[in-house]
Amino acid sequence: MARPPIAKSCDNVAHANMPDYARAISDFSWDKARAMLDGLPGGGLNIAHEAVDRHVAHGRGAKCALRWLPAKGDAVELSYQDLHRQTNKFANVLKGLEVAPGERVYALLGRTPELHIAALGALKTGAIFCPLFSAFGPEPTRARMEIGEANVLITTAAHYRKKVAPWRAALASLRHVIIIDQAPAEGVLGYHALMDAAAERLAVVATRPDDPALLHFTSGTTGKPKGVVHVHEAVIAHHMTGFYALDLHPDDIFWCTADPGWVTGMSYGVIAPLTLGVTSIVDEGEFDALRWRRILREERVNVWYTAPTAIRMLMKADAQAPQAEHFPALRFLASVGEPLNPEAVEWSVHAFGRPFHDNWWQTETGGIMIANYASMDVRPGSMGKPLPGIEAAIVERAGDGVRVTDTPDTPGELALKPGWPSMMRAYLHQDERYKKCFVGGWYLTGDLAMRDAEGYYWFVGRADDLIKSAGHLIGPFEVESALMEHPAIAEAAVIGLPDPVAGEVVKAFVVAKPGHVANEALRRDILGHARKRLGPAIAPKIIAFIDDLPKTRSGKIMRRLLKARELGLPEGDLSTLEGGAQ
Amino acid sequence: MTKDDLLAIIADELGRIAPEVAFNSVSLDDAIQAAFDIDSMDFLNFIIALHERTGVNVPEADYARMRTIASAHAYLQERLGI
Repeated sequence: MARPPIAKSCDNVAHANMPDYARAISDFSWDKARAMLDGLPGGGLNIAHEAVDRHVAHGRGAKCALRWLPAKGDAVELSYQDLHRQTNKFANVLKGLEVAPGERVYALLGRTPELHIAALGALKTGAIFCPLFSAFGPEPTRARMEIGEANVLITTAAHYRKKVAPWRAALASLRHVIIIDQAPAEGVLGYHALMDAAAERLAVVATRPDDPALLHFTSGTTGKPKGVVHVHEAVIAHHMTGFYALDLHPDDIFWCTADPGWVTGMSYGVIAPLTLGVTSIVDEGEFDALRWRRILREERVNVWYTAPTAIRMLMKADAQAPQAEHFPALRFLASVGEPLNPEAVEWSVHAFGRPFHDNWWQTETGGIMIANYASMDVRPGSMGKPLPGIEAAIVERAGDGVRVTDTPDTPGELALKPGWPSMMRAYLHQDERYKKCFVGGWYLTGDLAMRDAEGYYWFVGRADDLIKSAGHLIGPFEVESALMEHPAIAEAAVIGLPDPVAGEVVKAFVVAKPGHVANEALRRDILGHARKRLGPAIAPKIIAFIDDLPKTRSGKIMRRLLKARELGLPEGDLSTLEGGAQ
Repeated sequence: MTKDDLLAIIADELGRIAPEVAFNSVSLDDAIQAAFDIDSMDFLNFIIALHERTGVNVPEADYARMRTIASAHAYLQERLGI
């Protein structure tokens, strides 16, 4: 916290969408934010109408909405008019398949325009859209499709074959699978054939502001993943936060590098830039430092929203072979996913001539809640200050309620006052878990943080055992369950190990069953098993054999103790440890 | 170190990261990251492991040459002069 703030020039301040933070806070109301959007012509609110159709209605249809950079080959552009036509067609495809409002349309796709078309087309029909992460293996994919009772899946032939086909028959709700890169075949429909036959005219279903629109999965410490439900009026927060926290201007070229399988990829990779009418870069390729620098330069990106792991990989590449490039178009850099370390913020000033602006939010909040702004000095390492319309506090759980901590620099749980439009409305089919998030009139985030005397918030850690790796929240229970399916494993416990690039990496401790030798061959076999079931994004990177796992007297594995031992930290309160605290 | 030794090191390191993919099932011209389902972090770990075992430090500018097994094999041979 002792690092000097990075001051902003008068020019930065004058051109920012929010030139004066204090004034924006006092002038703000959600009604004013709502008035920034149109609403449906006949009444109602629909995300896809705000993102696409209203720009066409206002004569901005010719503007480029997406500039897609395929992994190989030439860029493809889609105007707002193109997107309007294509999303209407996809909505008609779904209507032809008798998909009713409220039914679930899932996507298992990479960063391709079909993702945008499927998401917005589904929203136009009143269906609920659920993006899945394409680096998930078959088990996480299946669990998420079962919980949400998927009715339609749009994906690629390869993902379908590997991750869905083997168990598809077990999911009775799944009526249709649409494949984007293959002709129709037995049991699956062809995207292009359907789209060619679909009409372009469509009346968008008159969804109400509180109708469910999006389903995003996030991990829990125990039990199954949680299906976070967002409604159509979330678009008000997407729009407002894109304007204030990402400082998007109408002529901007915007690049959000997040995968559409996560909430950032949806809220800020798809929705916010479209509602604000900017041009988005969509890059299909995987992270590659040279490619990324080339995209920033050649595509003349103005606003860039990325994640700490990628920033630290760029930093590493830069340290190896320093680049003397300039990025004159780049105006605003933002980061999300896990706290951005101060060194990375300071490095960005040297590397790009501008600091990264860290911000904080989570799947449940649907949009950015706390941020560093274009007009405000950046305190390296801080997540910034709450958005207009957002009331945040540091609280301590006390009995049945909470106590708000007003003393600066005191760690506690980060809490938000509910009521903003993109707040989750449910954990699907898990009402008790949902209710447990709210105590004493506050939404408790599960993140520990503190606020300094100037009102900047600082991340401290997680209040639970969830692991944050490369920006992805990973539930240890889901990983442990997959490990337990291996025939040689008696018990497993999973923790997050600090990592200079990914934030944390997943480490598994496993107890081998009697008769199995804990050697390199078995380690590889277990790793291969975990990667096959879970996919590379959540499978452990490190597997260690252990004789016994520390447990509480009630038999619960003490992951915290394993982690403390691993890191050589104090072991804390061991009074509940099985066998006593010797 | 022979060419075969080098290929065996590549196979072993890929097997350490993605043991579920049989090295022989992948074409030498397939992209390593896609064929072995390896994310960018693991790809960097693969490069670091090759550095430790062969002494060849691959600069970022040459990552494009590490894309497939065949191109990585050829690149490392070139750097090692074998």
